[in-house]
Amino acid sequence: MKIRIPFLFLTIFFLAIFLVFYKGLQNSNIYVPNNNIEKELPNFQAQLFDKDSEILLKDILKKDKFYLINIWASWCVPCREEHSFLIRLSNQKNIEIVGLNYKDNRQNAKNFLKELDNPYQIIISDKDGTNSIELGAYGVPESFLIYNQKIIKKIIGPLNNKLFIEIKKIIK
Amino acid sequence: MKYFRYVIVVLFLLNFNFANAKVDDLETKITKNLRCLICQGQSVYDSDSDFAVSLKLLVSKKLEEGKNEKQIYDYLKDKYGEWILYDPKFDKSTYFLWLLPILLFITGGAIIFRLFIIKKK
Amino acid sequence: MASLIGYYSLIFGFCFSFLIIFFSIKNFRDSNFFDSKLISLSFLQFFFVTISFLGLIISFVNSDFSNETVFNHSHTTKPLFYKISGTWGNHEGSLLLWLLVLTLFIFLFLLRSKNQTKQYRILTLLFQQIIIIGFFIFVIKTSSPFNFIFPIPNEGLGLNPILQDPALAIHPPILYLGYVGSSIIFSSTLAATSLNYISREWAHHIKQWVLISWVFLTIGILLGSIWAYYELGWGGFWFWDPVENVSLMPWLALTTLFHCILVLEKRLILTSWVVVLSIATFTLSMCGTFLVRSGILNSVHTFANDPERGLFILIFLFCLIFLSIFIFFFFHKVKTKNINSIFWFSKDASILINNWFMMYFLSVILIGTTYPIFLEVITSQKISVGPPFYNKLIVPFLIPFLLIMTIGPKLKWIKSDLKDKSYLILSLIFSLIFSILIIKNLNTSFLANTILITSAFYLFFSTLREFFKKRLLNLSQNIAHFGFSLLILSILFNNIFSTEIITNMKIGETFENKNFKINFVRVEKKDEQNFKSIIGKFNIENSNGNIEILRPELRIYNQPNIMTSEADIKTNLLNDQFMTMNLVQNQDYFNIRYQIKPFMVWIWLSVLLITFGALITLFRSKYEN
Repeated sequence: MKIRIPFLFLTIFFLAIFLVFYKGLQNSNIYVPNNNIEKELPNFQAQLFDKDSEILLKDILKKDKFYLINIWASWCVPCREEHSFLIRLSNQKNIEIVGLNYKDNRQNAKNFLKELDNPYQIIISDKDGTNSIELGAYGVPESFLIYNQKIIKKIIGPLNNKLFIEIKKIIK
Repeated sequence: MKYFRYVIVVLFLLNFNFANAKVDDLETKITKNLRCLICQGQSVYDSDSDFAVSLKLLVSKKLEEGKNEKQIYDYLKDKYGEWILYDPKFDKSTYFLWLLPILLFITGGAIIFRLFIIKKK
Repeated sequence: MASLIGYYSLIFGFCFSFLIIFFSIKNFRDSNFFDSKLISLSFLQFFFVTISFLGLIISFVNSDFSNETVFNHSHTTKPLFYKISGTWGNHEGSLLLWLLVLTLFIFLFLLRSKNQTKQYRILTLLFQQIIIIGFFIFVIKTSSPFNFIFPIPNEGLGLNPILQDPALAIHPPILYLGYVGSSIIFSSTLAATSLNYISREWAHHIKQWVLISWVFLTIGILLGSIWAYYELGWGGFWFWDPVENVSLMPWLALTTLFHCILVLEKRLILTSWVVVLSIATFTLSMCGTFLVRSGILNSVHTFANDPERGLFILIFLFCLIFLSIFIFFFFHKVKTKNINSIFWFSKDASILINNWFMMYFLSVILIGTTYPIFLEVITSQKISVGPPFYNKLIVPFLIPFLLIMTIGPKLKWIKSDLKDKSYLILSLIFSLIFSILIIKNLNTSFLANTILITSAFYLFFSTLREFFKKRLLNLSQNIAHFGFSLLILSILFNNIFSTEIITNMKIGETFENKNFKINFVRVEKKDEQNFKSIIGKFNIENSNGNIEILRPELRIYNQPNIMTSEADIKTNLLNDQFMTMNLVQNQDYFNIRYQIKPFMVWIWLSVLLITFGALITLFRSKYEN
C-alpha cells in the first residue's frame, strides 16, 4: 500500500503534537522569572527614606551577613498581610531587613509604619520605581534574601508562614 | 484619472511635513520589544502599569549612560529571563522557529516548480 | 425559570442529534430520495437550541442570579444592551452561540443544496452532526451556562468593563459565524471526498459557503481590531497577540481556499489541495478555540480558562483531525487525467503562487504562536514571540506577493501571454518615483521602505486603472485587490508617519514641541449609571494655529471595581488624533499619550472594500443560479 507511509507519518506527527499540547496544558501560562538562581547583587545609588541624602546599596549590605530587602508600599494591600512576618523576622538574630519603599507618599508610608510597627533597619525610597527594576523586581511586595552581596533567593508576593520557616532555615 | 493622481500627489505633499517628528526613536524601539511582566500580553511601551512606567524610565536612563541596545537587552535578560524580549534570539533553541517557515516556503516552491517542469516535458 | 427551560431545551436539542443520525443512516440505505423529514428534524434541533439561547438571554435581562453564568458576568446596574451582549461575552454563553450557529448553518445548508445528490447531502449532515454532538457534550458537561447556585446571591459580579462596548458586543457573533461557517465547508468536503463527488459543479456550490464564512470572518476580525484600537488605549490595531493570530490563521486558509476553488471551478485540478485546505480551515478555527479557551497561552484578550475544558477541546480537535486524515487517505482519489497541466505563465499558475505565499504567511503565524508551547514542554525554556518576529518574516515576502498580485489577474487561464507590457513597466517606474518622492525625507531605512511602498503602489495603480477600462467581468476581484493594496499602503504609511508623545502633565500645564502644543485645560467629573468618569479637556494647537479639543476619559466602574481609560479620537480622512490619559500611582499628574496616526480610517475602509468585493462575487454567483 502506497498510502500507508504518509498516512502513518501524519498520524504520528499529529499524535506528537497532541502530546505536546496535552503537556502544555499542565503548565501555567503566567510567566514568573526563575527565582532560585544565585545572582550578583546590583549596585545603585539610592535615596534614603528619612534623610535627604543618597547612599550606595553595597555600602548598606555588609559581607558575611544575611539581609532581606523587602519592597513595600503603604497603598499595597498584600504588604499589610506580610507585615507581621517581617516583624517576626526582624526579631531573629542573624538577619537585617532593608525596606525599599516603592512609589509611595512619604507621609502615608510613615503612618503605615506607625500603625503596624517598623521592622526595617534602613529604608530606602524608590520614587520612580527604577531601583526595584535594578534589583529584578516587578511588583510589590517582593523580597530578596541576600548573603555575601549575592541574591540567593527571590520571593514574589507576600511572605507567609511557609516562606518564613524556609528563611529561618537558610539563615541558621 | 491623471487628475486623480495629481490630487493624491498634492495631498501627500501637503500633509507629510510632520513626518520627521520622531524623537527618542531608539527608546521607543527598545521598549516596544520588551514584554511587560504585569500585563503579560502587552509590550512595555504600550503598557501603563507601574512596572512598565518605571522600566521606560530605566531604559532612558541607561541610554543616557551610553549603553547600547544590546547591552540593555542583556541587562534585562539577566534579570527577567529571555521571556522579556519579544524578538527571540537566533540560537539552538530557536532554530526551528526561524528556519521552519523558510524551509516550508522552499519546499512549497519546489513542489510548484515541479508542477511547471512536468508540463514542459 | 428561563434558565430551566433553556437547560431542558438544550438537552432536547442534543437528543435530536441522535434522531437525525438514525434517520439519516436509514435514509442513506433504504431510499433513493432525500427524506425531507431530515430538514424538519434539523430545523427542530436549531429551534430548541434557539430556545435555549433565548432562555439564557432572558436570564441575563432579568438578572436572574440563581444562574451561575449570569451571576459571574452580570450586574443589575448594567445597561440593558450590555446585559444582552453579556450573554455571549463569556465562555459558556459563547459556546452556546457556537452551537446555535452550527445548527443554523446545517439547516440552511440542507435548504440550499436541493440540487445536490441525496448521498452527499446526508453525509454532510452526518459529519456536521459529529461536530454538533461534540459541542453539545462540551457545553453540557464542562461548560453549562445553566448551573444553579444556592443560596441565590443578591447581586452579580459584573461584566469586565472593557467588554462593555458596542463594537465588542457584536464582534463575537459575527466572528463565530465566520469560524463556524467553515464547519460546513469541512463537513461537505469530507462528504464529497468520501463519495468521490468533487467536481466543478461541487466547487461552484461550495464557493458560496466559503465566501459567506470569509465575509463574516473578515468583518469579525475588523470589528475586533477597531475595538482594540480605541478601547485598549494604546493606539495600535494589531498586536500579533495569540488571540489575534488565531483568528488570522483560518482567515488566511479561507482566503487561499477561495482562490483555489476558483481554479477548481474552472479546470478541475488541485482537488487534493482544496480538500486539505477545507479541512485546515475548520481545524485551524478549532485549534484557535483551543489555544484561547484552554489558557495555554496568555494574551491581552483573556478568557476565563480552565484546563479541563482545554483538554476536552484538545481531544475533540484531534479526533476531527484523525478522522479527516483517515478519510483523505483512504477515500480520496486523485483524478489523474488533468494533474500535470499547469503552464507557468497563466492565471492558474499565479493563483498557485498566491497559495504558496499565503501558506507561508500562515505557517509563520502558526509556528510563531505555538512555538513557545513546544519549547516550554520540551526544554522548559520560556520565550516570547512578538511583533518583531512576524515583521521580519512576513514583510519582506509581501514584496513579491504584491508584484504577483498585480500581474496575475491580468493573465488568462491555462495559457497566456502578457498584454500591455509597456504599461506594466511604465506604471512600475511611476510607482517607484512616487514612493521615492514620498519617503525621501525620512531617516528610516530608505531602501526597504521604497521597495515595499513601490510594490504596493504598483498594485494600487494597476487595479485603479482597471476601473477605468470598463472590464466589469472582473469587477469584484478588482475591487478586492484594490482594497488590499489600499490596506497595505495605509498600514505602511500609518507605521512610518505616526507621531506620538507620552508625557506627564498636571492640570493647567502646556506641552509644546515643534509640531503642536497641548494644553491641559481642566478635568470634569461625571456620574453615569454604572461608572464614574473623569474627563480631561485638552486643547491642541497645531503649527497652522488650528485648535482641536480632545476629551480622553477615565472610567471607574462600580462592579467589578475596575478603572478603564477611554481614548478620545478625532478622525478625519487623512489622520486620526488619538489621546488617552492615565492615573499615576500617588502622583498629582496624569500620564498623557497623544498620537497622530495618518490614514487610520483607510485601514478600516480598505477592509470594507475587500469585503465588498467578496459580496459582489457572492451575489453574482447567486444571481447566476
